[in-house]
Amino acid sequence: MTAQPLLEVSNLSVTFPSEAGPVAAVRSLSYHIMPGEVLGIVGESGSGKSVSSLAVMGLLPSRAKITGSIRFKGAELLGQSDKDLSTIRGRRISMIFQDPLSALTPVFTVGDQIAEAVLIHQKLSGHAAMDRAVELLELVGIPNPRQRASAFPHEFSGGMRQRAMIAMAIANDPELIIADEPTTALDVTIQAQILETLEKARETTGAAIIMITHDLGVIAGAADRVTVMYAGKPVETGAIDDVFYQPRMPYTLGLLGSIPRLDMAERQPLTPIEGSPPSLINLPRGCPFTPRCPMRIEKCEQVEPELVVLNASGAGHAAACHRSNEIEQQNLKSTDIFPAPVIGEPEVGAVPRAQREAVLELRDLVKHFPLVKGAILRRRVGTVFAVDGISLDIREGETLGLVGESGCGKTTTIMEILNLTTPASGRIVVFGKDTAGMTAQDRFAVREDLSVVFQDPQASLDPRMPVSSILAEPLETHGVPAGERTARIEELLQIVGLRAEHMSRYPQEFSGGQRQRVGIARALALKPRLVVLDEPVSALDVSIRAGVINLLEKLRMDLGLAYLFVAHDLSVVRHIADRVAVMYLGKIAEIGEVNRVFSLPAHPYTQALLSAIPLPDPRKERARRRIILKGDIPNPSDPPSGCRFRTRCQKFAGELNDQQRQRCIDEEPLLTAQNGPEGDHLAACHYAESYAVLDDVGGK
Amino acid sequence: MGRFLLRRLAYLIVLVVIATAATYLLAAVALNPRSNFEGRNPPPPPEVVDARLDELNLNDKTPITDRFTRWVSGLVRSDLGLTVDGGSVNDEMGRRVWVSLRLLLIGSLLGTLAGVAAGAYSAVKQYNFSDHAITLVSFVILSVNTVVLAVFLANAGTSFNNAVGNRVVYNTGEYSPGLEAWTSEGIVDRLKHLILPSLVLVLQGFAFYSRYQRNSMLDVLGSDFVRTAQAKGLRRSRALIKHALRTALIPMGTFFAYQFALIFIGSIFVEKIFTWHGMGEWFVQSIQKNDVNATAAIGMFVAILVLIAGFLSDVVTVALDPRIRRS
Amino acid sequence: MVPKKADPDSRSRLVLRRFLRRRLAVAGLFLVALFFVFAYLGPFVYKWQYNQLDFQAFLQPPSSEHWFGTTQNGFDMLALTMRGMQKSLIIGLIGAVLSTGIAAVAGAAAGYFSGWTDRVTIALIDLLLVLPSFLIIAILSPVFSGRTWLVFVLLLSAFQWMITARVVRSMTLSMKEREFVYAARFTGVSNWKIIVRHILPNMSSFLIIDATINVSSLILSEVGLSFFGFGVQPPDISLGTLINDHWQSASTPNGYQFYLPAFLLILLVLAVNLVGDGLRDALDPNAGIGGDR
Repeated sequence: MTAQPLLEVSNLSVTFPSEAGPVAAVRSLSYHIMPGEVLGIVGESGSGKSVSSLAVMGLLPSRAKITGSIRFKGAELLGQSDKDLSTIRGRRISMIFQDPLSALTPVFTVGDQIAEAVLIHQKLSGHAAMDRAVELLELVGIPNPRQRASAFPHEFSGGMRQRAMIAMAIANDPELIIADEPTTALDVTIQAQILETLEKARETTGAAIIMITHDLGVIAGAADRVTVMYAGKPVETGAIDDVFYQPRMPYTLGLLGSIPRLDMAERQPLTPIEGSPPSLINLPRGCPFTPRCPMRIEKCEQVEPELVVLNASGAGHAAACHRSNEIEQQNLKSTDIFPAPVIGEPEVGAVPRAQREAVLELRDLVKHFPLVKGAILRRRVGTVFAVDGISLDIREGETLGLVGESGCGKTTTIMEILNLTTPASGRIVVFGKDTAGMTAQDRFAVREDLSVVFQDPQASLDPRMPVSSILAEPLETHGVPAGERTARIEELLQIVGLRAEHMSRYPQEFSGGQRQRVGIARALALKPRLVVLDEPVSALDVSIRAGVINLLEKLRMDLGLAYLFVAHDLSVVRHIADRVAVMYLGKIAEIGEVNRVFSLPAHPYTQALLSAIPLPDPRKERARRRIILKGDIPNPSDPPSGCRFRTRCQKFAGELNDQQRQRCIDEEPLLTAQNGPEGDHLAACHYAESYAVLDDVGGK
Repeated sequence: MGRFLLRRLAYLIVLVVIATAATYLLAAVALNPRSNFEGRNPPPPPEVVDARLDELNLNDKTPITDRFTRWVSGLVRSDLGLTVDGGSVNDEMGRRVWVSLRLLLIGSLLGTLAGVAAGAYSAVKQYNFSDHAITLVSFVILSVNTVVLAVFLANAGTSFNNAVGNRVVYNTGEYSPGLEAWTSEGIVDRLKHLILPSLVLVLQGFAFYSRYQRNSMLDVLGSDFVRTAQAKGLRRSRALIKHALRTALIPMGTFFAYQFALIFIGSIFVEKIFTWHGMGEWFVQSIQKNDVNATAAIGMFVAILVLIAGFLSDVVTVALDPRIRRS
Repeated sequence: MVPKKADPDSRSRLVLRRFLRRRLAVAGLFLVALFFVFAYLGPFVYKWQYNQLDFQAFLQPPSSEHWFGTTQNGFDMLALTMRGMQKSLIIGLIGAVLSTGIAAVAGAAAGYFSGWTDRVTIALIDLLLVLPSFLIIAILSPVFSGRTWLVFVLLLSAFQWMITARVVRSMTLSMKEREFVYAARFTGVSNWKIIVRHILPNMSSFLIIDATINVSSLILSEVGLSFFGFGVQPPDISLGTLINDHWQSASTPNGYQFYLPAFLLILLVLAVNLVGDGLRDALDPNAGIGGDR
């Protein structure tokens, strides 16, 4: 293969000035990409992956200092003027950004913006450009493209917007597409659609793709080669199979070992990587991963390892570690290197479920919101059927995972529970007490036993209060005498793995993972019996998630807690939950014991959901048969009649005959047992049929 | 949509009604038109004074409710009553509104346009010399209150005239007496009278809008969609003018609307110092002369202006921001 | 993509550092302090008092005896200016604290409690906005002349708080949805405690900046009203009354009577504005990220 690389980046370094000192965002990055190839760049926050791609496009602020070389088809890009670079941008190299809502100009129609991309580089009439825009919209799978072209970005759904961005990116048949976290902000089933669209775009244009993401599963399915970045530098690079199956750098090993796997039935403890990614200001000498590396030796602190090609692996597999040869020779796995904690089962688990007390019960819970349109003239135009009749229960010491995509109603459900309101319809029973009859004092008393951990560690702690005050608040509110509070706060901090002397610090001084631990400590302050967790790890870096998940499990075991665990990340749910409920548009589609539901899902939606989730396992990813759902999630204010899932259901579209379809349209399916008449695995589908989605390898 | 527009309008009208009534009652209670007559030398006999006050509906011996009713019934017939000098409030207002408008229109428009342009330019070329210069100048102008600015300019005008040796700019009045309005001589004369007061408005408008437009632009400049526009291949300047400016105008819309409707208020200082007989001057004089009816009428005028301003700002925002438009 | 650093400095030290870096802002602060000293300590140091008449010096331009000259009646301009500045400073400060305070409480209550509290507050805000404030204060001022002019400050504040309250309200509305507020609610903390402990402190940057802007607005409002004889009433003296008394002499050789207090007024307002600007940059350093990319 002596073809010239399409893009060759050599020793790229980007430094930003800041108040506290220069920030070395990218340090000596080198990679190349061949025409038509897909290169994945993987890293967490602070790894420099996005900055490097912005540098290629020449879109960094002028205060950034950039050195090194970026050669596109042999021509050097660094140092070129804005004028010259703008002939390349959008024409030869185009870019897709992460958040399509903020990435599209709100005041121009989508069609105009796509036509603009065409008009900049081609001499066409306005009409012709708009025709091309419509053509592109159709290519990326947007229905009614001509109508949709005259809509504004905010009228599109997230998935549609991202398709429009892809349309814009391929408008001029580019040779290289840089996709910066293109699916991070999207729901799982939509993500699968977008990845498929990207693949189609690649086939149509023949372009090479640089896929930047933190999601190892996405990379496993999409990339041919991958580069792993840490603290601004590449630490491992190679063909996708090499890096995933034979990682040779401790960070990569740890990363792959810390991800909960969707397809593993055994609840293996995750191997967490201690600590968090370093600050890029005043990086110490030596390897930046040293503080977190269980394999560190003295040399690591002094000399930063170079990216060195390994001896025995496939061609081009290189790692930046002083001990990578050793890892290779002994074929070390992540479990060999990283100590895996042992977490037992809670005592309560010994008692069969049916005999345990119920800490939470929902019976046909309903919550509707008035649909208000217009920012100035607020008027009611309809109803959002956020939660439309769900029933579930949680027993003592049990973890129930509540999963679903946007608009399914899971957040509304937990808000209803936490508010302890009298529901519009149905019942909420907390610790045996019905919320309907509760007085303010009753509610206050219940709040001692019920607590919550929120998703965003940045927003869930008051930035103006030191940790000691944050933790003292629940204690003070419920009358714990002042003398005892300090001791309890120290105890709490220790339980969650922080140091007691940290209590006078402010939230900004902690990392994301540590902040989340403070949030957990706050939730435990009053010794609750049920903790509601709203996506507690999704806002954390991948390498930190494992530590927090392990902590949650340990706490559950030690303290006998019950969890209501809301998540959209099914792999985490599989790892931590005993039971799972899958929600769709305000109703429960499937509910049951977690292993059963995941290995033999019965409802088509669950099946599609599981099928859409990318696994960090390249061979499996390539071999998998994917179920790609059609269309967008319907608006919760206008749910389809009968079965709500029918508009996207793959069964409805494929296997059923007209008579069966009519039943789906007319009759709403109720939850029925799938494993025998008294079974607790329920699915709401007229034609439910269990099969092992995750093992389905029909080939692409 | 229409029904709710009406509801909003009704709400605003209720507010205006309350405000107007409050102003009238307050004026009728706090002001003392009787003192105008009693202060004369020789003081007229009390019956004459009473009779005159009754005629003008300004008699403090009449119960306030009666006076109020009489005023309102006049209002409903579009008759705002009589001034303390016996003239018609309607006529006076009609005349003065035009005077103020002539005074304010050009200056405000120019000031706004110059300010927006300067603000946009300033934001784009952030931190270079012209940006600093514009920011500094605007800052200083905004710290100088209208009175001082107007007085200063009035005197500067005189000095300028002396230096040039000719009366190029006037700092008193709207026009020189004796000239026909629509002759070329007359128009030039009026323009000469207009320069100095307009300069006050231009400077203030420039200072205000350049700062706010700059801030609005800066908020937008860092936006993702500007980066996307560049990623498509637009050169930076073009991306800024086309995408950023247009989006940055949205919050400015509220300012434009409010200023447009409220320029009359701002004219009180300029009219006093440059001796133009517009609404601003009347505003102050009517209080000083204890002219209850005129005060109430002006209060109503201002309230309606604020109503228009509020409504206009909503309309402008809707027009400029498609996110709010199609709901 | 610049990651957050684990900053050992406490937040207020960071703010202070940023503020001090803006030399103009520091200069402004210094000037304001200087004005305070000038207005309050000056009369103790300077030879002439504001109510002293010098029968030997009527309408004299500035001299070594009378640094700012004298008025027609023989009053010393510098002494008058110092006295006037006292008034202006107090009006600005008290008024700003009052109006920002009212705005914070009203806006937060409206935003947090919604429902009727919200509707009533908004209606009140709208009503006060529609009422012609200048007119009302002007009409009322002779009624309150002779009483203490602090009532005047109250009136000024009463018409100043509305727009700020609206902004506080919308900030409260969005902050209400922030997770730490939910966390406090679900712990059982009472509503007003949440407002005082969580919501208002997180708006402190905005409130401080707003208070500073209000200082200069109120000073200027007073000047405007006093210019027409509506604000501070004789025998009290403020910068506004001084300007009112002497603006017509601006074009004469006795113009020093106008220009000197006017100049000091401009400096004062400029200084306050500089401080406000510096505070804004120090507390919310997000403006200024744009520029070249």
